[in-house]
Amino acid sequence: MTTALASQHATAGLGSLNHESAHLHVTGAALYTDDVAAPRGALSAALGHAPITHGALHAVDLAAVRAAPGVVAVLTAADVPAVNNFGSVRLDDPLLAAERIDYHGQPVFMVVAQSHTAARRAARLARWRCAAQPPILSIDAALAAKSYVLDPLVAGQGDPDRALAQAPHRLRGSTRHGGQDHFYLEGQVALATPLEDGQAFVQCSTQHPTEVQHIVARALGIPDACVRVECRRMGGGFGGKESQPAQFAALAAIAAAKLGVAVKLRLDRDDDMIITGKRHPFQFDYDVGYDGHGRIVGADLMLASDCGYSTDLSAAVNARAVCHVDNAYFLEHVRIRNFACRTHKASNTAFRGFGGPQGIYLIEHIMDEIAHALGLDPLDVRRANFYGVGERDVTPYGQRVEDNLLPALVPELERRSDYRARRAALRAQNATSPIVKRGIALTPVKFGISFNATHLNQAGALVNIYADGSILVNHGGTEMGQGLFTKVQQVVAAELGVRVSRVRVCATDTSKVPNTSATAASSGSDLNGMAARDACLQLKARLAGFAAAQWAVPTERVHLVADGIEAVTHDGVRHRWSFAELAHAAWFHRISLSAQGFYRTPKIHWNAQTFKGHPFYYFAYGAACAQVAIDTLTGEMKVERVDILHDVGSSLNPALDRGQIEGAFVQGMGWLTSEALVWLDDGRLATHAPSTYKIPTAADAPSVWNVALVENSPNREDTIFHSKAVGEPPLMLAFSVLHAIRDAVSAAADYRVVAPLAAPATPEAILTAVIAAREQAGFGAP
Amino acid sequence: MASNSACVRFLLNGDVVEVAAPDPHLTLLEWLREERRLTGSKEGCAEGDCGACTVVLGERSRDAGGRDRVALAPINACLRLLPTLDGKAVFTVEGLRSVGGALHPTQQALVDRHASQCGFCTPGFVMALFALFKTSPTPSRDEACVALAGNLCRCTGYRPILDAAQTMYQYDGAGARSEHERWLFTPATADAPPLPGESELAARLAALARDDALAYESADAAFIAPRSVAELASAVLATPEAWILGGGTDVGLWITKALQRSRRIISTGEVAALREVSDDGATLCIGAAVPLEEAFRALNRHYPELASVWTRFASVPIRSSGTLGGNVANGSPIGDSMPALIALGAAVVLRRGEHTRTLPLEALYLDYRKQAREPGEWIEAIVVPIRADASTRRVAAYKNARRNEQDISAVFLAIALDLHAGRIDGARVACGGMAGVPKRATHVERALNGADWNEATIRSAMRAMADDFTPLDDLRASAEHRLRVARNLLLRFWHEQDDRNVEARVF
Repeated sequence: MTTALASQHATAGLGSLNHESAHLHVTGAALYTDDVAAPRGALSAALGHAPITHGALHAVDLAAVRAAPGVVAVLTAADVPAVNNFGSVRLDDPLLAAERIDYHGQPVFMVVAQSHTAARRAARLARWRCAAQPPILSIDAALAAKSYVLDPLVAGQGDPDRALAQAPHRLRGSTRHGGQDHFYLEGQVALATPLEDGQAFVQCSTQHPTEVQHIVARALGIPDACVRVECRRMGGGFGGKESQPAQFAALAAIAAAKLGVAVKLRLDRDDDMIITGKRHPFQFDYDVGYDGHGRIVGADLMLASDCGYSTDLSAAVNARAVCHVDNAYFLEHVRIRNFACRTHKASNTAFRGFGGPQGIYLIEHIMDEIAHALGLDPLDVRRANFYGVGERDVTPYGQRVEDNLLPALVPELERRSDYRARRAALRAQNATSPIVKRGIALTPVKFGISFNATHLNQAGALVNIYADGSILVNHGGTEMGQGLFTKVQQVVAAELGVRVSRVRVCATDTSKVPNTSATAASSGSDLNGMAARDACLQLKARLAGFAAAQWAVPTERVHLVADGIEAVTHDGVRHRWSFAELAHAAWFHRISLSAQGFYRTPKIHWNAQTFKGHPFYYFAYGAACAQVAIDTLTGEMKVERVDILHDVGSSLNPALDRGQIEGAFVQGMGWLTSEALVWLDDGRLATHAPSTYKIPTAADAPSVWNVALVENSPNREDTIFHSKAVGEPPLMLAFSVLHAIRDAVSAAADYRVVAPLAAPATPEAILTAVIAAREQAGFGAP
Repeated sequence: MASNSACVRFLLNGDVVEVAAPDPHLTLLEWLREERRLTGSKEGCAEGDCGACTVVLGERSRDAGGRDRVALAPINACLRLLPTLDGKAVFTVEGLRSVGGALHPTQQALVDRHASQCGFCTPGFVMALFALFKTSPTPSRDEACVALAGNLCRCTGYRPILDAAQTMYQYDGAGARSEHERWLFTPATADAPPLPGESELAARLAALARDDALAYESADAAFIAPRSVAELASAVLATPEAWILGGGTDVGLWITKALQRSRRIISTGEVAALREVSDDGATLCIGAAVPLEEAFRALNRHYPELASVWTRFASVPIRSSGTLGGNVANGSPIGDSMPALIALGAAVVLRRGEHTRTLPLEALYLDYRKQAREPGEWIEAIVVPIRADASTRRVAAYKNARRNEQDISAVFLAIALDLHAGRIDGARVACGGMAGVPKRATHVERALNGADWNEATIRSAMRAMADDFTPLDDLRASAEHRLRVARNLLLRFWHEQDDRNVEARVF
C-alpha cells in the first residue's frame, strides 16, 4: 500500500523555499532562549572562576560574593545534588571544579542574583587560596610529558615502511594549524524552570537536547523522564553547542531546583570564549615517498591534537581526523599515528568538520610540498593522487570509495575557473610586480557522511495532523540556522502532497521525540528528514486506507495530491477531498492522525579497535579555486576571486544549500587566515572577545564569487530524496585560500622555495613567511 | 510638553517614551530587552564589535536649504547610555515593519535573498542596512561593505546580505500606509525635500527639546548633560572625578566589561558649541563632541588622502556615536585618530573652568595612560591646520591590523611632508601601536627633513624607525612585526607618491 503512495511524492514542496523563520529573523520576532519571557521571579546567574591555570584549589572565600547587592545564592560543587559532571563520554568534566583547577577560566562557583549584572559583579569578588602548578600549554609539552586524554593509536593499511624505503622521492616535514572559536553570535544560555514533584523544564540553546536532558537528570539525581528540554532555535551552533550546553543547563537546573524559582544562566561573550572549548589545534609530522608524477607511494603520518583538559568528544574528533587524512587521495601504504594530548586549556570540542578539516589540512599541505619539490602544478599532483573509480579506491580504514565524483568534478571546475590560464597569467604578472603578489590554488574535498559511531545514526520524528488539516512536526534535530526545519517542512509537505504553509515544525522537545542524537556530523536532514518521511508514510497509508473505505475504491486508486486526496473509481467517478476535509473526516471516524517515524542509517559499521569498517554511508564532494593577492610590505591579503563547485546530491533546497556552502567557506577561511587564538604564557586566553578575535567581515567575502551545485547528480544511496548532507563539507573548500596564499608567498621568492607558512595566515604570518622565503631563496628585503 | 530635568524623554519607534531618572549606567540595549521587552536587538558581545544590537538614532538637523530634517545614524545599543537619548529618536528592528504587516524593503530584501540563517545577527544587519537605505541613494558593493563593517555574521558568508544591500532599493514600498511609514519605506534621494513623515518627526523632536539641562540623581549615581561650555566647565571643576561621557564607545566598556560605576556622569553631547566644526580657511576647529563620522568628513574635505583609512576606524555605528574629542582624550596608544592628527600638526584646546590653553597634540601624551591634563581639565576642541598647497604638502596614513575592517591597529602610521623641487621639508611622522602613547617619530623626521626625495632617503628613514620606537609584543602583533611594518609603510608611501605604475597595496 505504501509503495503505491511512496512514488507519489510531489517535488512541488522542494526548491528554494525561504527559511521558515526568515520573516521572524528580519523583524526581530524570532525568539532565542534569552528572549523567552522568563517566569515571574526568575533569577540570573553568572560563573566565578579561579585565577590560576593549573593547580590545587585550597579554598575560596565567598563572603563578599554572598554579601554583594542583589545576590540570592552562591553555589559550589557541594551544592550539586548528584553527579557533579557533564562529561558525555567520560566523567572528567566537573560542572563546578572542587579541588583542582585544570584550565584558566574553569568554573568553580555560580552566583544567582536579581539581575545579570548583579550576578556578574558579585562573581568577581571571590578571594582565592590556590597552589599553582606549572601548566602544560602546548602539544609539544604534552607529547614530551606523555600527557594524553586517550591512548595513542596507530591506523593505516599496506606496508608503509617498505613503500617508503623503495620510493623514488622522499619528503619529511612538520606543520601545524591553530584552533578556532565557534563565535556563534548567541552565547551559551539556559533557562531552567522548576516543575512540580522535582521535575525540571530547561530551555536551552543546544544542538543536543537529549544529552542536556540526560546530564541535567544525572546532576539532579532524577530519572530522565522528569526532565524536559526544549530548543526552538540557536543563534548559531557550529559544534560549540553539541556537548557544552549541558554544563550551563545543568547548573541552571541545579540552582532552579534549590531555589524553587526559574534561573537563567547566560554567559557574556568573554566568559563564553574563556570557558568553552574550541576547534582542536593539531600538529603534524610526515614522511612521504612519491614518484615522479607526485603520486604518493607510501606515507608515515603523525597527527597530534590539543584536546584541552578533558576527553569530551576528542576521541571522535581525532577519529574523524584520522579518517580524513586521505581526503581525496589513495594512500595504499600508510601509517597514521594519532596522539590526543591533554593540556591545561578549555576542553576542545566539536567544530564544523569535527577533525575532518584537521586531517585534510595535513594531506593538502603534503600535496603542495610535493608539487613544489617536483616543480609541478599542485593541481596535477592532486589529480595524480585521486582515488580511482573501480580501482585504487580503498581508504586507510577499509571502506571503498564507490561514489567518487572528483575525476569529473575537478576538471569541470578547472574549466569554469579558467585555472590554468589564470595561473600562467598570474605568474607572469608577479614577475613584474615587486610588492603585490598573487597566488591561485584549486583544492578538492571528499567528506564522509555519518557519525563514525554507528549507534548515533538514528532519528525520530512525530507528525501530528490536526482536525483542521494543519500539520505539526517534531523531530530530534535542532535548528541552528542551517535550515533543517525548513527542509523537514518541505519533506513533510512533499510526502503528504500538501502546501508547505500547512506544515509547522516546532521546537525540538525531548518529551515529544526521545533519545535523539546531536544535530551534528552534517546529518540533520539525512536522519530527521527520513524519520519525518517515515511518519508521513504511515499517515499516508492510514489516510489512503480510510479514504478508500469511505469511497469504496481500492487503495491503489487513492492519491494524496495538490493539498488534498482523490480517487477515480473504475467507472470514472472522481472523488476528492481537500486535505482539511480529509483530516476532519478521518478524525470523525476515529482514525489516528499522529505518527512517530524512525530511521536508522543502513550499511554502516565501525570497529574502533581495529580502526576499520564502513563508517560512512556515502561521501560528499566539492572543489574550490581561489585567487588571492598579498602585500609583501605588510602581509595584508585579499581574496580576489573564488569559484566553487559542490555536490549536494539532489538538493532539497538549493538556496539553503548554497547558503551552507558560502557560509562554511567563509568560516573555513576565517580559521585559516584571520582567526588567531592567543594564549598568554600563564595560560590565560588573550583573545576572548570580537575586539581581539577576528572572524571575517562582509568585506572579506570574495568580491568575485561563483558558486554552483553539481547538477544532475543524485545521491546513489537512498537518502532523503537522494540529497546529500551539506553542513560541514564545504568548510574545507577554504583550503584553496590557504594554498593560494602559499602560492603568492612562494611567488615573492620567485617560486624558488615553498612557502614556510602555516595557518592561521594572519598578516604577520604572511609577512614573516615572505621574509623567510626570500632569505631561503637568497633575496634581500623588498 | 514641559521638560522635567529628571525624566529622559525620547521617541521609540515614533512613540514618546519617558523614563524617570534611570540608572545613568543603564545601556539602551539593557533597557530595550529587560524593561521594554523588545528583544529583537541582541547582545552578541556588549562591546560594540558585533553589531547584533544595532539600532538607528535620529537627531534633529537642518539641511542646506534650511529645512528641518532628521539625521539618521546607526549606533550600538549595547554601549549607548539611556539618558543620552533624551530628545532623540530611536528606531529598533521592531519599528520598521508597517502597522499593516508589510516588511520594510530592507527586511524584504534580506528575506528574498535568503540572507538570514540563524537569524541572531539579522536584526543588527536590518538596522545597519536601514541606515544605509536612508542615507545613501546608490551604494556600491564596497560602500555596502563599509556600512556593514560593524556587523558580524557567522553563518552566511555575507554574499546574500551584500546582495540585499543592492536590491533593497528595488522595492516600491507599497506596504506603507501612514506618512511615517512612507518616510521609513522611501530610500534616500540626493537633495530631495523632506517627506511629510520626516517633517512630522522633526517637529515632534522639536517638541521634545528641553530648555534646561537633563540633570538628575538616581540611587547612587548622578547624570548631568550640560548645555553650555560654561555649565560643563563648572560641572567638571566641581567633581573632577566624574566620568566625562562623549559618545560612550569607551565609557560603555567600563560599564559592560569592567563593571565599573561612577558617582557622577557628565555628558558632553548636549553642549551645542562642542558639536560644531568651524573652518576659517587656515584651520579646522573640531568641537570635542563632534562624532567621528562628522569629524572625518570635515577632515576629508582638506585631506582626502585620509578618507580610506578612516573607513578602517572601527565601524559606522562606532564612528557615529564616538567623538573625536573622546578618542583624543582616551589617548590610547592604539587609537587611530591621534597619529594622523599629530602628523597633520593638530593642537588640542584644553579647558579648566574659565581657563583655556592650547597644546600641540603630541604634548598631551606623556606616558602610557598619562596625560598633561590637570585634574578638572578637559578637551574642548581639536584644531587642525589646513595646508596651503595640496600638491606640495604630501599626506598619507596607513593602518595594519589582523583584519582589514573594524580591527584595532597593530601599527598605524601617518606621514606629512613638504616636497619642493625634489627636497623634503617639514616632515611630521607619527605612529600608533609602536609605543605607550601615540608618538612622533622624530628620528625618522630628521632622516627625511632636508634630504632629497629618493629611495635612499626613504631607506635611511626606515632604519631610523628603530631609534624612535621599541614596540612591544602583544596579542595583536610581535614587536618585530610592528617595527617591520612601520618601516615598510614608509616604503609604501614612497611607491605611492612617486611610482604610480607599481601596485603598492592590496587595500
